[in-house]
Amino acid sequence: MQKFSAWSLLRQAFGGHRGWQPQWRRAAPQSAYDALIIGGGGHGLGTAYYLAAEHGLTRVAVLEKGWIGGGNTGRNTTVIRSNYLFDESARLYDHAVKMWRDLSQVLNYNVMYSPRGVLMLAHSVHDVQVSKRHIHANRCNGVDNEWLSPADCKAFCPPLNIGEDIRYPVMGGALQRRGGTARHDAIAWGYARAADALGVDIIENCEVTGIYRDASGAVEAVETTRGRIASRRIGVAAAGNSSVVLGLAGIRLPLESFPLQALVSEPIKPVLPCVVMSNAIHAYISQSDKGELVIGAGTDAYTSYTQRGALHVNMHTLAAICELFPAFRRLRMLRNWGGIVDVSPDRSPIIGRTGVPGLYVNCGWGTGGFKATPGSAHLFAWTIAHDEPHPINAPFTLERFREGLLIDEAAAAAVAH
Amino acid sequence: MLLINCPYCGPRPEVEFGYGGEAHIARPTPPESVSAEDWVAFLYLRANRRGVQAERWRHVRGCARFFNALRDTTTDQFLATYRCGEARPDAAGSTTP
Repeated sequence: MQKFSAWSLLRQAFGGHRGWQPQWRRAAPQSAYDALIIGGGGHGLGTAYYLAAEHGLTRVAVLEKGWIGGGNTGRNTTVIRSNYLFDESARLYDHAVKMWRDLSQVLNYNVMYSPRGVLMLAHSVHDVQVSKRHIHANRCNGVDNEWLSPADCKAFCPPLNIGEDIRYPVMGGALQRRGGTARHDAIAWGYARAADALGVDIIENCEVTGIYRDASGAVEAVETTRGRIASRRIGVAAAGNSSVVLGLAGIRLPLESFPLQALVSEPIKPVLPCVVMSNAIHAYISQSDKGELVIGAGTDAYTSYTQRGALHVNMHTLAAICELFPAFRRLRMLRNWGGIVDVSPDRSPIIGRTGVPGLYVNCGWGTGGFKATPGSAHLFAWTIAHDEPHPINAPFTLERFREGLLIDEAAAAAVAH
Repeated sequence: MLLINCPYCGPRPEVEFGYGGEAHIARPTPPESVSAEDWVAFLYLRANRRGVQAERWRHVRGCARFFNALRDTTTDQFLATYRCGEARPDAAGSTTP
């Protein structure tokens, strides 16, 4: 692996930048591996990296039916935060936020983590009470979060309209300063490059079409569009297609897959210094380093695998943004797209064993999986390597639905679902 | 936006409807002798089908009645809509549930 540094950049500049090598090999599938990861998004690639880096498993392959980072990793709005209400969630998401801090150094790849602050607005007495409850719960869990008055919100985010003459005036906001954004593609490419350097095979255009189990019921191989591949440990990180992939092993999941849309404006000069979210009126906006305003819409009403949704869902969030940021009203939207998100009944993820020996699942991240990518990958690798969940993801296994131990962020999440 | 054919009112825009999830999921009975596994299956487990799916819709901003539909989740095309209590129709190209 070519190491990135100021020195290597300078040296390549003298060579006209013709000496850069591909950042990972174009691997062909071997007949057998110690572990297979199905799904080449950030969560899957990261899992392969941590299996190799921390658990000594280097005969690992990532199987991706399209191209890596082409699913929800390349389609999300890149927001990072950990201000979840429940103790279990705070531990899970803050594990990831702590890993984001030095991820660029660990991977020697600039993932552009920018802790610019996530500001969540309140528009009613109820919102204010709920926000303050969140703040107290977060601080009990060591997660930073603080209350801002409308004037403080305006000082922190100057383009925000805090006028009292709008339909839903801003009554304050909760600010997590460690929250922010990162570069979505970089997390896939950075993990792919680092995993490849440790010997992991990244196999694109390789769709899994069957999962084989031996006489004892344990997994022994997968059938793919590029042939049969044997492995005794298989981790599935297939996001919106998790039900389809695990259906191959006869497993039914508590998931429904919905389209979730996002859109970006034409690029403009830096104007929005933080991430702004509003659950009550569904605004969700930040500005990328390219200058585009990145806007997240809600999910469409119905389950689908089309990776597209309806315009009225986008219009709903744009109406809220135009009221909160009158200066943005004349901006043109450049493009919009959809991803398919796997939503669990309690809106919390599922990371654990499946009941089939050797088969593990990491799914149910729903509308908010990007922020958790490093933590999710780290914990999933631990779960696969030890054949049991790590203490942080132990509350997030499939068993919680049988035991009634739901982590009901559906009602309590810091974001509207 | 989808155009949905309410079996009572005819074709109407999607915004008039509410989505009710997978159809034909029967509540297990009697409740006192239903196992935990059966409750999990009823409450939480879903086919989440990639292909033709039978699902519930409700014409909330119209006649307010529930009905069922067959829709292909890979194209969002509706193959049929039918009233509650009616059997699932045979849609061309549909797969067995």
